[in-house]
Amino acid sequence: MKSHLLPEFRVERDYSRCDNCKVCIKQCPFDVHYYDEESGKILSRDELCSGCQRCVVYCHKNALRIIPYKAYRPNEYWKEEHIRDIKKQAETGGIILTSCGSSREAKVYWDHILLNASQVTNPSIDPLREPMELRTFLGRKPDCLELEFNGDDVEIKTELYPNLMIETPILFAGMSYGAISYNAFKSLAMAAKKFGTLFNTGEGGMPKDMREEFKDCAIVQCASGRFGVDPEYFNYSAAIEIKIGQGAKPGIGGHLPGEKVTATISSTRMIPEGTDAISPAPHHDIYSIEDLSMLIYALKEVTNYEKPVCVKIAAVHNVAAIASGMVRAGADIIAIDGFRGGTGATPKIMREHVGIPVELALAAVDQRLREEGIRNKCSIIVGGGIRCAADVVKAIALGADAVYIGTAALIALGCTMCQRCHTGKCAWGICTQDPKLSQRLNPKVGAERAYNLLRAWSLEIKDVLGGMGINAIESLRGNRDHLRGVGLEDWELRVLGIKGAGE
Amino acid sequence: MLRDPFMEGVRKLEEIAKKVRFEDNTAKIDAKGLTHKELNDLIRMCAEKGAEKIILKNVCGQRYIGTRLFLPKKVEIEIFGIPGNDLGMFLDGHRIVVHGNAQDGVGNTMNEGEIVVEGRAGDVVAMSMRGGRIFIRDDVGYRTAIHMKEYKDKVPVLVVGGTSQDFLGEYMAGGVVLLLGLNRNRHLANYIGTGMHGGVIYIRGKVEKYQLGKEVGIVDMEEKDYKRVESLVKDYLTYFKPKFDLDEIMGERFTKLVPVSKRPYGRIYAY
Repeated sequence: MKSHLLPEFRVERDYSRCDNCKVCIKQCPFDVHYYDEESGKILSRDELCSGCQRCVVYCHKNALRIIPYKAYRPNEYWKEEHIRDIKKQAETGGIILTSCGSSREAKVYWDHILLNASQVTNPSIDPLREPMELRTFLGRKPDCLELEFNGDDVEIKTELYPNLMIETPILFAGMSYGAISYNAFKSLAMAAKKFGTLFNTGEGGMPKDMREEFKDCAIVQCASGRFGVDPEYFNYSAAIEIKIGQGAKPGIGGHLPGEKVTATISSTRMIPEGTDAISPAPHHDIYSIEDLSMLIYALKEVTNYEKPVCVKIAAVHNVAAIASGMVRAGADIIAIDGFRGGTGATPKIMREHVGIPVELALAAVDQRLREEGIRNKCSIIVGGGIRCAADVVKAIALGADAVYIGTAALIALGCTMCQRCHTGKCAWGICTQDPKLSQRLNPKVGAERAYNLLRAWSLEIKDVLGGMGINAIESLRGNRDHLRGVGLEDWELRVLGIKGAGE
Repeated sequence: MLRDPFMEGVRKLEEIAKKVRFEDNTAKIDAKGLTHKELNDLIRMCAEKGAEKIILKNVCGQRYIGTRLFLPKKVEIEIFGIPGNDLGMFLDGHRIVVHGNAQDGVGNTMNEGEIVVEGRAGDVVAMSMRGGRIFIRDDVGYRTAIHMKEYKDKVPVLVVGGTSQDFLGEYMAGGVVLLLGLNRNRHLANYIGTGMHGGVIYIRGKVEKYQLGKEVGIVDMEEKDYKRVESLVKDYLTYFKPKFDLDEIMGERFTKLVPVSKRPYGRIYAY
């Protein structure tokens, strides 16, 4: 069948600059560029281009431009995307698969929330001269503290729950070895360890060679597929996360296609090489809050009650009631993933249309748990499209204890959001299991970039806190007085629990 | 006010230590009146103190027996009474024998070891099981052996003397399930092996095509299949001493079910 699909990008080559060095040919995993013997020139197959910009960055002559290409007559209703998708489905009869987070137009609440600063009535603080506390503890907190005083000595009598200590309220989100390359996985682990925060293994298990070294900075996931899950995996961790849902694809499971299940992935996941790694949509031992409780305590049992247990869900319509149930089931940390959350592969329909913005979900959950008097029983981590330090600050003021960053961390490693993760041909060596491609990412360099991102955002957070006259992140948590909305309807302000600007 | 039914009223180890009696390398625990956590606290204590065998009396619904034993030394646990859900969940090389019935989740995500139940078991037996062996004398409930998986020579085995309810071997990715159908003239399960993409299910006695999921196919039993089944049946006979003998059991017809594809859902996407 003749394909009616048009290219999404145009490759423009300035032949006055091109010296035929063929780096672009070597760098492109999609075979866009090729050398034409007849003309002695490098030509392009535009229709294969993903727009990843790898060739542009590596062209030493600056001869290449990759430009998004919209072909059809502009139409605000029948958008280019709809027309393309219909044509693709007419040719294949399949579900449109995509990756990364939702890119659709929808209100971004972060951008409608503004932060406060101190003027006259209370002094701002200079973070360069005064200590600023970003250290965060995640886990269940007691209802009250019983203290015993013996002269100058004070002892806490209350038995405390296990908590995680992180140096900045930013953690790397769950991204499995399998979804991302070993080098990308290791880059994040190294950066987390160096900075004093945590990374998350996702549902693909933890490579044996990394267990000892990274056991104190790993959140290990227990998802519906139970891949690579054994008692050692749970015990070589800082915390365990039960993954119920994911913002990019709430309500469905995942398939790691057989071609990505290489020898090392098969040994990490403990499944044969070349078989699909299928994560069922639900956990088949969790059909209710009571069942969730059973798994939470099973995980506490297997780790001798030494580690907090986190439960991760996608932000969906009744998220506040669900979160309340999770806390009552025994979760020490709840993670909420908004609909902007990324993924290595998802049906497009799930990514674009299922779930709710994490800002609203977070505000609703924090409010509900406070009303029920159980907010101290859990910490809240939010993720799903945290793009910058300002988003982090706003999330914390809305009630989060910390944030997960996934997409932002990968962008730090080299990702350009070309949304081709599901092809397994990531030109930047991140979302691929092809050794030729994954070796492009040096874990040392990757770790440095991810570490720098954490450092930069942490500095920015300190700056903003200082401006507000706050010297500890703890004082910002759930402090919605420091937020004002612009361009929001009454109901939106009500759900967010913030006033409008000027109020 | 948040109530935590699991942790509420859990007593300190010193307060319940009198429930344990040590004789040489055997520890006996009277589980009467112990909460889930208390019993497991005591089991762990006994294992850490060097018990090789732990006998539990008066067990009544306590969960996760054997779960909190991520320890280098392996023990044998003998249970009198009815253990609660998730018996031997994440079990790591220990052996558990139940003189009675078991509830849901026996051997859930079990890693290594052996569980023998002299009776019946509930739903989700051997879910996501990754290694070791489970022998159930009688029937099992729904969703048995869901997503069981194997890796190289680490192949989990489930032997059921009776039959199973629906969704046996759903999403199964590896391992061996043997259903003997003793005391039954037909098997009850529907949707057997739906979404199956690895492993093998042997069913003794009659099973109709409509009872199978569309991702499984029936293939002929080969010599090595009969050998494997016979060796498991021999163990079953040793463990449970039923009124059947080896010839009687092996004389019946066996159906071998295997997945049609290692990639059942590979062709539904457009890239």
